[in-house]
Amino acid sequence: MAITRRDLLAALAVAPMTSALTARATPADRSAAQPRLSGRERIRRQHLPNVALTAHTGARLMFYDDLVKDKKVIINFMYAKCAGICPPVTMNLTRVQKLLGDRVGRDIFMYSITLKPAEDTVEALRDYAVEHQTGPGWWFLTGSPPDVEHLRRALGFTYADPVEDADTSNHIGMLRYGVEPLTRWAACPGMANPAHIVRSILWDLD
Amino acid sequence: MHPLKFRPARLAEIARKNRQDILEAGVSRRELIRLGLLTGSGCLIPVRGLSARASCEAGACQPGCSPPTDPFVDPLPIPAVLPERPLTDPGFRIAPAAQPSGQPEDARAEPHQFRDRFPPQQFFISRMRPNPAFRFSESPANLARIPAQTIWGFNLGGASPGDVATTPGPTIVSRYGTPIVVRRFNELVPDDTGFGRTEVSTHLHNFHSGPDSDGGPCDPVFTRFFGTGQFYDYFYTMARAGFDTAEFRASNGDIRETLGTLWYHDHRVDHTAENTYKGLAGFHYVFNEFDTGNENTGFRFPSFPQFDVPLFLADKLFTPEGQICFDPFGFDGIVGDKFVVNGRMQPFFEVQKRRYRFRVLAGGPSRFYQLFLTNPDNPDQSIPFWLIANDGNLLPRPVELTSTRLGVAERMDVIVDFRKIWDRFGHPRRIWLENRLEQVNGRAPTDRILPPGNPANAVLEFRLAGPDIVADGSFDPEPVSYPHVPCGPDDCVFAPICLPRLPSDTAAAPTDRIRLTRSFRFDRTNGQWAVNDRLMDCTRFRFTVQRNTAERWILRNSSGGWQHPLHIHLEEFRIIRRNGRAVSCGDPEFSRKDVLRLGFNDEVEVVTRFRDFRGGYPMHCHNTVHEDHQMMLLWQIQDTGDNLTEP
Repeated sequence: MAITRRDLLAALAVAPMTSALTARATPADRSAAQPRLSGRERIRRQHLPNVALTAHTGARLMFYDDLVKDKKVIINFMYAKCAGICPPVTMNLTRVQKLLGDRVGRDIFMYSITLKPAEDTVEALRDYAVEHQTGPGWWFLTGSPPDVEHLRRALGFTYADPVEDADTSNHIGMLRYGVEPLTRWAACPGMANPAHIVRSILWDLD
Repeated sequence: MHPLKFRPARLAEIARKNRQDILEAGVSRRELIRLGLLTGSGCLIPVRGLSARASCEAGACQPGCSPPTDPFVDPLPIPAVLPERPLTDPGFRIAPAAQPSGQPEDARAEPHQFRDRFPPQQFFISRMRPNPAFRFSESPANLARIPAQTIWGFNLGGASPGDVATTPGPTIVSRYGTPIVVRRFNELVPDDTGFGRTEVSTHLHNFHSGPDSDGGPCDPVFTRFFGTGQFYDYFYTMARAGFDTAEFRASNGDIRETLGTLWYHDHRVDHTAENTYKGLAGFHYVFNEFDTGNENTGFRFPSFPQFDVPLFLADKLFTPEGQICFDPFGFDGIVGDKFVVNGRMQPFFEVQKRRYRFRVLAGGPSRFYQLFLTNPDNPDQSIPFWLIANDGNLLPRPVELTSTRLGVAERMDVIVDFRKIWDRFGHPRRIWLENRLEQVNGRAPTDRILPPGNPANAVLEFRLAGPDIVADGSFDPEPVSYPHVPCGPDDCVFAPICLPRLPSDTAAAPTDRIRLTRSFRFDRTNGQWAVNDRLMDCTRFRFTVQRNTAERWILRNSSGGWQHPLHIHLEEFRIIRRNGRAVSCGDPEFSRKDVLRLGFNDEVEVVTRFRDFRGGYPMHCHNTVHEDHQMMLLWQIQDTGDNLTEP
């Protein structure tokens, strides 16, 4: 295994590592010391970090507390100047929003999180939302670059290959959807037939 | 025993190698210490691939974080046989729609194809239930680390709470010529384990079933999965493929299409991996007048059930607190660090010094296996066994092997002769079934074969017991096996269950003529699975095959560093070529198949007939995590087919 400095630092930049590895207890200690976590709590800790985000409306929102907890959600990643799959996925999602009707914003929430928080300001995302004529209940979200990166990794929008993962123009075109309190999570391609997407989503959200 | 799959010496070697790689990469010692990868004494923390997720915090669900457990302390459980039930059983009373709520509801919305022609003669019930006190081990030391906990399984059909669900579920035993109905109740309830979808669809992999009873994932018209409080009647003709063609109508199918070792598992669209992983799976054997289950009749295979034993191989992850876990946000696949056979972690199985038939299944979700028989007291010995069936289909000639590869959902029926092992290998008292294929993530195995004799890789320990000479009326495959005997394309050791005629481009009969060649390129686009650049769509069929014809399919893996066990529903296929090379006699793949391993950049040519039924079926990756990320397409079979060559 040849490791380049870039690979290594990319891998390490990822997550809040700090002393986790050195502090690794022996398994026996862990079993004895730690009570069992519920599946919901485990998924919250590992996949739904409570990072601070800002919506295209300017609203300040915490990812877990305000956006996901006790909710039915549809999540994808994009960026405003993306010329690759973002326009067709966003177009697809506008169709999905229409098919879901007034449920979006009432009991289903859509979140498009930017991959380029440095350039996607609140204004840029607001313009993007206006341009694509998105309806209420669909939030475009930005935040600090480390928080957004943490969120992307926690939600599984990553490639295992660091080189592939670093290529934002080829980012993962997946929709994650789920019902947080039921720990019911699934995914489908954002470019799929909107009728298929809506059918898949409603099979799980209802 | 340490949960990592390496002995300390190897760990140290890996750590040294990693450290050297890192230093060569120009990262300073201080940086490493700061990042927590190097301890003060200069030892590199043995983190495989330097994954930044390799810490085992509370609730961690990743390889290396399961608690340590002792191997070979539990006897191998043998799943019970599902009992046949009389039609007077209360479970068969269909609740009229007007009944008050609380009565189970029939979820089936379509008739059973060919039920009039094959009236059911045997009836079974099984109920999917949680088992809140399932034990992966009975040993007190292991239970302290991995306590009794909730899994899902199938029960023996009774309505009482005492009829507990197990995983694997009961083995269903049926016979060709005796059509059956299996009524499956969904009595699952949500729990706090963090995974498991309480809607189900039970696929009998790969019985020749109508779409109404195939338990498929999705369909443009029918919703075949069903929820808690519902049941679904699965009808199996127990007739062989071809039963509705001119050639084989009178014989109720082509005897050469006989199937033997099947398994049932949940196939709920988008949730197959978690539901199967949580326990919704079991074996289904089909016997016939030649493969009788009795070693004194027919082909004289070792008698069921004592010497004909299912081995359901699975690998699981547990949190450091000992709770089985599943990562619903993972895309690559799940590789467990605990081997579980028939529901127990690394069990032992006491065997007599005679022949056994083992029906080995790679039960997923993602792991490939390369299985060896290892004498742990002399690991360099190369111990043979005999493959008699691939994916439950008898081979034209048994093949002697010292190891076999399995992808998810593949089944290998092998004869292991412990008498010969005892005599030839220095009277060993224990033999391991050892998986020596390295796989560190769900994408693919590394294809590296690990050194023999590592207890962490032993999925099962056989213990040779009893007298040296015991009765064994079973067939000895060795004298007729390849390479002891040269093989030929027309071999048929198990006549009349020979290989069916291969369809060709020039045959006269429509069921023998290849009507069309279709190509399928399995690829990723923006990290999403695509086939011929198109994505999964449950609302439409990708193409239509003409009923009672044959086709050639070319399957290509263009997905880079991934391997995929592909499964095609409905009928067995034959692998004609792998990467341009003909698959010839003596090769374990010179067989009928229903799963094919698509290795790195492989191109595989298969030929299949599509007979008897009408309606929709899927083709999908059986790495169930890939499958749930929609590495799948739907096709249908109708009286008129289309001519799409790259559908």
